[in-house]
Parts: sequence; structure tokens; C-alpha cells
Amino acid sequence: MSQKVLLNSIEVNIILHRLACQLIENHKDFTNTVLIGIQPRGKYLANRLALVLKEEYKIKNVQLGHLDITFFRDDFRRGDKTLEANTTEIDFIIENKNIVFIDDVLYTGRSIRAALTAIQSFGRPNEIELLTLIDRRFSRHLPIQPNYRGRQVDAINEEKVIVNWKENGNEDSVYLINN
Amino acid sequence: MSELSVNHLLGIKYLNKQDIQLIFETADHFKEIINRPIKKVPSLRDITIANLFFENSTRTKLSFELAEKRLSADVINFSASQSSVKKGETLIDTVNNILSMKVDMVVMRHPNPGAGVFLSKHVDASIINAGDGAHEHPTQALLDSYSIRERLGSVKGKNVAIVGDILHSRVALSNIYALQLQGANVMVCGPKTLIPKYIDKLGVKVETNLIKALNWCDVANMLRVQNERMDMSYFPTTREYTQQYGVTKNILESLDKEITIMHPGPINRGVEITSDVADSEHAIILDQVQNGVAIRMAVIYLLASKIKH
Repeated sequence: MSQKVLLNSIEVNIILHRLACQLIENHKDFTNTVLIGIQPRGKYLANRLALVLKEEYKIKNVQLGHLDITFFRDDFRRGDKTLEANTTEIDFIIENKNIVFIDDVLYTGRSIRAALTAIQSFGRPNEIELLTLIDRRFSRHLPIQPNYRGRQVDAINEEKVIVNWKENGNEDSVYLINN
Repeated sequence: MSELSVNHLLGIKYLNKQDIQLIFETADHFKEIINRPIKKVPSLRDITIANLFFENSTRTKLSFELAEKRLSADVINFSASQSSVKKGETLIDTVNNILSMKVDMVVMRHPNPGAGVFLSKHVDASIINAGDGAHEHPTQALLDSYSIRERLGSVKGKNVAIVGDILHSRVALSNIYALQLQGANVMVCGPKTLIPKYIDKLGVKVETNLIKALNWCDVANMLRVQNERMDMSYFPTTREYTQQYGVTKNILESLDKEITIMHPGPINRGVEITSDVADSEHAIILDQVQNGVAIRMAVIYLLASKIKH
């Protein structure tokens, strides 16, 4: 097994600030915009971005939610394990809002497809954008592309991209692991 | 701990503590989902479920059907009164005929105890017992415990009294198993004629005095007197039963502490509980009904995920 550092904590921090600035460019003061972290792993990136927006760029009305997609996935009963759900916390109205989906790694695009279906249970948003820290290009199964990306990575299918966050006891970092 | 230890839900007797925990955690997610503007998820769109009711049921049948539809399963309903069972068809034949139409899961209520276990040994489908005679009614016990957990924070260490017709009740037996698995203390209370002999062997306290039982418990689960199952007279009159075992507002107010009142329904208002108790803030009867859908969604989802292509 070999592993390679794709991003260290300083680079993650720079990217977070750049993504925050790109969001501000398009969404101004966020009055009609909500951030939705895709459970389980997009939650960390979403929380972090919301924090940067609030504390460093003084955006007051950042609305943040987390969406679980387990019951909307297309691989139910296709693996050996029961798919375990996570919590959904969306305590605001999304009708006519501009939504930014946030996930750590965009790979096949199937999670985002599930998220697009899942979010419909909460109403009809005005538009939905996608922000992802790592974009594994050339591995998409569906026609889904991010609007904001941290870093584009060319990785083969045997390789895995691992994103670590301070919040789960590691240093902020992104690794490429080859089994 | 991410899947059930069983392939069928035949009774609480066959579950372990982790299974109950997993069902509750999954039900938490479904409870959030059924409170959304759109209450449906597509998980089970390739699963077909047959509801076979060989005995009358209103809320259990509705609750199962709603749970199945909210998971996007295809549903077929069957009730014995309009079927070939009356023409002499056996249970296995009836079910195999239905299964040959490519049904993946069977929810069955049957008047004979053990009908679910019997069926699970003979047919190739996941079976959920929705009540078999006076034996078990596992989803009711799960939703009862889930409602206690929701109201009181946990089931462990709580004192739960099951009051009324224990003898004819499948709810009582399933509840005893479920509550004990989760570490609650259980008491049964009712007239001696309606308490099965040797029930103390299950490790439950037995009490014939209602006031003593209510003073002991944190939760009282009031069971209906099942007149339709009574082949002889178990107490002199309904009026006398109510005087001794009916819970009234006055009785609740005379207790040293507040207790929670549950009832699996249907209620005989004025017999086992009065209307002012059933509609009071002590009662969580309608919460039980709402939780029933979430619990059944969880059970169906977890069992369906074990059905392989």
C-alpha cells in the first residue's frame, strides 16, 4: 500500500478561503442562499466553510443544513451490508432558495444524484450548485460536474482519496492511497 | 452492528438487544422523514410486499401499508374473509400462490399462535409477524418501547406495568420480552382469571391491585379486555371490571408521582381507561400510533436489505 499527500493542512486552508471567496462572489450576502453538507463526510467541509464565511468574511446569515441520502441511494441491496443512515438537519425552508451542495470528494456522481432526489422532499429550490474539495475527474458515471472545486485529481479506480479533518482527530489533509 | 441478526421478524423472542437498538436508530431517521413535506423515500422501489390478514385489523394494517408505501414498495393486500381460505385452501398453498407472483416479503396476521414461524420454515420470503393469536405482536412491542424511550429518555431501569387482559394478549408477551431485553422491570396487573398461570416464570411481578401497580410503575400500558377471544366468563360484569381495573383521572391524581399511560388500541373508553385519561397529557396513545409507522418502516427496511437479488 502506498500513500501520497495530495493536500496538507496549509493547502487545505488556502483552498477553503478560495472556495469561500468564490461563494461570496456569486452569492453576495447569502440572503437567499443555503449551504447543504452531504452526509456523512460532506458535513465537515460544510461546517468549516460556514465557519470561514461567518468568522473571517463576516457573513451574518449563513444558513447551514445537513442532508442524509441513504434512503435515496441506488445501491440498496447491491452490497453485502445494510446501508446505515445519518441524521438530516434542515431547519429552514428551501423553497425558492439557491442551494449549494457541499461534499468532500466527487467521484462517480451517484451520491449527488441521490442528493438531488432527496432534497426534493423539502420543496422546490430555485437552483442547486455543487461544491467539492476533491474532483476525481474521468471517473464519473453520471453527467454531474462541480461548480466550485478545490483540487482536480486524476486517480485510477483502485486508488482511494481520503480526506481528514481536525474534527475527527486528524490534521486537515488529503491523501491518495493505492492498495 | 449494522444489520439485524434475523431474516424474519417472528417475535421479540428471536431478537437481541442490538437488533432493538438498530431498529430504534433506524426509526429515528424515518420519523424525521415522515415529518417532511414529502414523506416518501425510494429505497424499496424494487420490493413487493403482501399483507396477509387472516384476522381483522384496522390500525396495524393501515400502519404497515403506510410504512410500505412511504418506502416505495409495491403492496398487495389480502384479507381472509374474501379469499379461498374459506374454500379450504391451506396456509402454505395460499402463501405460495401469492409468492409465485414474485412477492419478496409477507406481513401476516393470523389467529393461530406460531403461524409466522411455521410459514418461515416452508416458504421463501421474509416474514413479518403482525400478530399471531395470543402469542406475539412484535412491531407493537417495539413501538411501545420506542414511545417510552421517546417520552422518558430510555427504557432501561424503568418500571412498566401491563394492566388488563394479559391472558388473551399478544401485546403483553411481546412487551415483556422487549422490555426485559432493554433492562426494564415489568409487572402484570389484572384479575387473577386474566393472568396466565406461571407467568412469574418469565421474571415479571404479578399484582392484582391496580393502585399498588400504578404506584409502583413509571408507565402503565393499559390493555383492552378481549371479549371476542373469551370462551367463558372471566369476571362477573364489565362494570365490576371497570371499578377494579379502570384508570380514572381521580386515580391518577391520587398517585404520588406522574405516570405515563399507554394503550395499544382500540380503546374501550370508560372500561379500561376513561376518556379524560385517554385524552390527557399523561397519555401517549397517539404518539404510539405515529411511532408505529416509523418503527414498521425501520423493520421493513432492515429486513428488505437482507433480501438478495
